[in-house]
Amino acid sequence: MSETSKAQTAIDTLVNQIDRDIASYLEACVHCGECAEACHFYEATHDPKYTPTYKLFPLVKAYKKHKAPLRWITQIFGAPDEITEEELRDWEELVYDSCTMCGRCTLVCPMGIDIAGTIRKVREGYAAADIVPEGLAQARANVERTSSPMGVTARALLKQVEHQEEDTGLKIPVDVEGADYLALLSSHEIMASPEIIGAYAKIFDRAGVSWTLSTEAYEATNVGVQIGSGPLARQLVQRVVDEAERLGVKYVISPECGHAYGAIRWAGPNLIGRSFKFEVLHILELLDKLRAEGRIPPGERDTRKMTLHDPCQIVRRGGLLKEPRRLLDDACSNFVEMKGAGVTNYCCGGGGGVSANQRAEDLMIGAFGKKLEQIDDLGNIDAVVVPCANCRGVFEDGLFELDRDEIEVVSLGQLVADTLADDPKTAK
Amino acid sequence: MTFLEFTEGPMFYFAAALFVVAGLWRLVGIVRLGKKPDLAPARGSAATGFLKGNLRHFFPRGLFAQRTWMHLLGGYGFHLGLFVLFFFAAPHIAFIEKFTGLSWPALPRWGFIIAAEIAFAGLIVLWVRRFSDPVMRLISDWDDHVGTWLTFIVMLTGCLALQEAHDSLRAIHMLSVNIWLIYFPFSRLMHAFTFFLSRGATGANYGRKGMNP
Repeated sequence: MSETSKAQTAIDTLVNQIDRDIASYLEACVHCGECAEACHFYEATHDPKYTPTYKLFPLVKAYKKHKAPLRWITQIFGAPDEITEEELRDWEELVYDSCTMCGRCTLVCPMGIDIAGTIRKVREGYAAADIVPEGLAQARANVERTSSPMGVTARALLKQVEHQEEDTGLKIPVDVEGADYLALLSSHEIMASPEIIGAYAKIFDRAGVSWTLSTEAYEATNVGVQIGSGPLARQLVQRVVDEAERLGVKYVISPECGHAYGAIRWAGPNLIGRSFKFEVLHILELLDKLRAEGRIPPGERDTRKMTLHDPCQIVRRGGLLKEPRRLLDDACSNFVEMKGAGVTNYCCGGGGGVSANQRAEDLMIGAFGKKLEQIDDLGNIDAVVVPCANCRGVFEDGLFELDRDEIEVVSLGQLVADTLADDPKTAK
Repeated sequence: MTFLEFTEGPMFYFAAALFVVAGLWRLVGIVRLGKKPDLAPARGSAATGFLKGNLRHFFPRGLFAQRTWMHLLGGYGFHLGLFVLFFFAAPHIAFIEKFTGLSWPALPRWGFIIAAEIAFAGLIVLWVRRFSDPVMRLISDWDDHVGTWLTFIVMLTGCLALQEAHDSLRAIHMLSVNIWLIYFPFSRLMHAFTFFLSRGATGANYGRKGMNP
């Protein structure tokens, strides 16, 4: 793609992204700068360029030039220039490295502007013009080869399933037609914490849930959403939909992965242009439901002092605020909440593809420092429960880099499995 | 026709008509861009979210208020002060009554002075921050400054005209009001109306998810 055509492709794509909501956001911004005060990248660096609304500049310019109402009058007093490839490249770091699309800035914005959602639209322009960070480009290449951003193959999944069957003594169903639930996983879970597969097996066995994994659709991570490529996001959702409908499942379970949940639950039907023939549940929703039905009775609670990290795409932008707390109350006897817990919680610093972008590592660790301050304010925390595999990876990296790896990082699904009553009759 | 008659007559009619037509044009232009229907099954109501989003963002969140107290002080002071001045200053009520026949009780003089001082203080705080705060300096453009200055001049000339001692002071106030009305629909001052769409869009999206952040 030539330089001119790259810029033109980006402009065309950006202009196509602008609908009523995006236009109202761009029109309502009064440049008050409040959003900076909610952004962990700005707070960690105090560099004004990390002000969230400033990151939208390429889209603002395209809007003013091509789509703004009354532009035929305002342009009499000076038409804005077209965005150039140089400007696009200047903003690339702001669009990809310093925004996790966590949406915290929306909370402080007096105009209620969804900057995170708008950054997602800006990324569409960048992805179409192929101006993307190397780490995300590599993840995209891996997805095209294997469907997994980390290059995890079905063969690797089956190997991990085999290990978990040995560890738990339970049969783990794979490619079972007619099962009620199809469980998705993230690459990070399959490779770094495969015990979660065994944890699911233990929980579902206790609950009597009919479930399956699939060798065709095992990956929940949607790099298309992270990089900002609608066509790729659509392809990845379609793969899951085709397999879920072929197997005839009633539910697809999104794993402990933030953006994967948003991709399949909230964006999925819009990406493929039709409703699903199944329901999407987050694993925390399902566990909460099974717990409420008395099908997975809690046993002895973990006594460590624990707190909960709210993954942005599951809680603030996903709507699952109470489910993880109810599960934790049953699983932990010493659970404490951070200041700002719930919708105003800090992001881990590595969502929205930032953790896959090696160039952004220092910035990510800096932003994670804000998260760590929140945890440290509680004093002597033994473990942080993190119901998102990507966040867990960021926590582990951040705690190691900041020499704080005495704090344990725990999956909520794993904690629920570990604290199940041994004998349902003796459950509390 | 005197200069005052001109600014309160033909020029005001022109400015007010432009304000209404161009303002509506801009709002309708935004709404007409449309939005694809959301196919994901909702967990809550988008309509309720639209309203909740609009109300929720009128109030600051405690967690952020410590970091943004100066802006909150300036923002609330200016907007509330201006609202009171606009709707409850006796000359404004008389002016509106002239066109609509509608009237309501006016502020006493001391109330006007307090409201004006709060509004001026707020606007000055916001403007000083705009060029002194590194974040605001980076993101501000000429439109932000022109809008601030025009509003300041309207308020200042309004105070000068309060005594109604000289027609020329009232005429200068009306002239500045007319310029402000003409500038308004083409500028960021339109946030006075677009905020409703913006907050509502976010509120509706979150409302469908069963959230109200």
